[in-house]
Amino acid sequence: MTGDGSYWLREHKGTLLAFGAFVAMFTIYAANHPAGLNANVATTAANKGVLLAIVAIAQTLVVVTSGIDLSVGMVMVLANCLASTIVVGTPAMTALGVVGVLLVGALCGAINGIIVIFGRLQPIVTTIATGAVYYGAALALRRVPGGDVNATLADALTGQLPGGVPASLVLLLALVLVVWLPFRRSVIGRAAYALGSSEVAAYMSGVPIRRAKFVAYTLSGLLASVAGLFLTCITYSGEASAANGSTYTLYSIAAVVLGGVSLFGGSGSAIGAIFGALMFRTIGDLLFVFNVEPLWQPLFQGMVLLAAICLGSLRLLRIRNRLDLYG
Amino acid sequence: MAEPPVTAQNAGGAFASLRRRIDPAIAWAFGCIVLVLLIGSLYSTSFLSPEYLLQQLKVASFLGVIATGMMIVILLGQIDLSVPWVVAVGGMMATAAAGWGPLGEILAIPFGIGCGIALGLLSGVGVAFLRIPSMVVTLAVNAVAQGLMVVHTGGFSPQDASSPAMRFIATGQSIFGIPNALVVWTAVGVAAVFLLTRTTFGRTVYAIGNRERAAYLSGARTRLVVMAAFALAGGLSAFGGVLLAGYASKAAQAMGDPYLLPAIAAVVLGGTSILGGRGSYVGTVAGVILITLLQSILSVMQMEEFGRHVIYGVVIIAMLLIYGRGRKHSE
Repeated sequence: MTGDGSYWLREHKGTLLAFGAFVAMFTIYAANHPAGLNANVATTAANKGVLLAIVAIAQTLVVVTSGIDLSVGMVMVLANCLASTIVVGTPAMTALGVVGVLLVGALCGAINGIIVIFGRLQPIVTTIATGAVYYGAALALRRVPGGDVNATLADALTGQLPGGVPASLVLLLALVLVVWLPFRRSVIGRAAYALGSSEVAAYMSGVPIRRAKFVAYTLSGLLASVAGLFLTCITYSGEASAANGSTYTLYSIAAVVLGGVSLFGGSGSAIGAIFGALMFRTIGDLLFVFNVEPLWQPLFQGMVLLAAICLGSLRLLRIRNRLDLYG
Repeated sequence: MAEPPVTAQNAGGAFASLRRRIDPAIAWAFGCIVLVLLIGSLYSTSFLSPEYLLQQLKVASFLGVIATGMMIVILLGQIDLSVPWVVAVGGMMATAAAGWGPLGEILAIPFGIGCGIALGLLSGVGVAFLRIPSMVVTLAVNAVAQGLMVVHTGGFSPQDASSPAMRFIATGQSIFGIPNALVVWTAVGVAAVFLLTRTTFGRTVYAIGNRERAAYLSGARTRLVVMAAFALAGGLSAFGGVLLAGYASKAAQAMGDPYLLPAIAAVVLGGTSILGGRGSYVGTVAGVILITLLQSILSVMQMEEFGRHVIYGVVIIAMLLIYGRGRKHSE
């Protein structure tokens, strides 16, 4: 990056902080793990982290447009149920199944986008309602947990590459390179950030806001379905679990915030959200490593989350004019 | 929304002003209630019987109390995602207190509500003083409340059966067979209407929802009001939990989970703007009744669960598309 160094630093401060915090936490985790950091420990940790990270990227895409997607978890659950039904059989059928799952995910995202853009409804209520619909669809596919998935694909995605590198990390990297970076660097991506900062100003400047919103929501649905597919590969089955859906939705918001993405839109990056997600997962693992009684784990996880987001309010110390508080 | 200019001050004026004063959203919501009842009565005549309607109002009371708190927070332009576990805290702490002996049994209900207020205060401090977006703070408080309850049930094996008083206010009947829960909701509702329309607090809530900066510059104590509103919402969620525990005669961990989204949906269907500053309690009442009837009728029709979710979502979207749309850029 050539431009102004201090500007670059300011823009990426959240991402860098999340990265630093994650590295610190993961180092403590690896150093204290009873088995040490071998390939299996890393793969298990990576699989859990990557699943949340993919949902967090999906959430980021919508959050930068100053929207929110409360249906990501449900799209993931729907994709999970669908994948456990159609991603089976011969390699050709499996490939078709994967394409089908991704198309359904993109369609769910597109529906959200269309309702938000043309229906002019608020994203928060829209995605609550569409989330119920997607969950209903998931339940129609899988009234009881079950199903199967192509084992070769599942092992390839959740296993290790030669050299012990977790394959899931490669999947995550591929998603960043194929989906996030092209989006961020395109006109559409810039438009998404612009409309997140100020929709009126973006509209007045002739920025293609409708197209940007549509692409952001559609890609978000697509990524949520990738997460659902990946979940199927981890569990080898599909389950229409409402608890799973809402947990991942809420965790994705937590990850996005920990990753330095502003919920008001217009700033932050999916890279930050990825590290936010990995950090969030590491918190849970740390408690396990330090032999915190399982009973106390949810409480500690909640406290750490609360403390982490309170740190964000340190910016208040720099505010000179009290009016700046009330935007 | 800009009021149309007043043109007729004479004979037709009264009717016109009445029409102006009725929020179209509320009219639509009540219209939809009638429609749902009509569809239900085509299916079975018992849908119009007083017993069925009273039973529905009783079930609606629990959602109504929770939605009251949600509405106050939404009027501020904020949101409360801590409903699931604050409801559970209310129910579980009240039943736990009931197990502490005679004094505990008396204090059970206020204790449950008090725990909810404490959690609400925590969210309120985060939103008002630390300026963290409410969506995140309440999410974290929800996680903390969940952690507390896991430790509480696992570590202390508290009583989970509700006290007679809790069962009385949730399932008992007063004169004319009116369910006590409905009486409680009515009392909460009247108090909320008074608070929102006749007190400085209520006026400030609307002012903050419209423009916090302007409210602050007008000398309103915005931070205290925001904090108090969240505490109130926490208390009402916990009260909902107390009622639910009384209704089911026991408290359980996941008891609040099915109430977050319906509470938000009820408030929004009742015409309250999710951006804050606009909305009336009558609308929330309509929204609560509508959601409850919808859920009830779908289950009475023996609609499979997946169909219920789909119809529920589609109806919310459809209703909002009719009357809840935002403005165009050109307006």
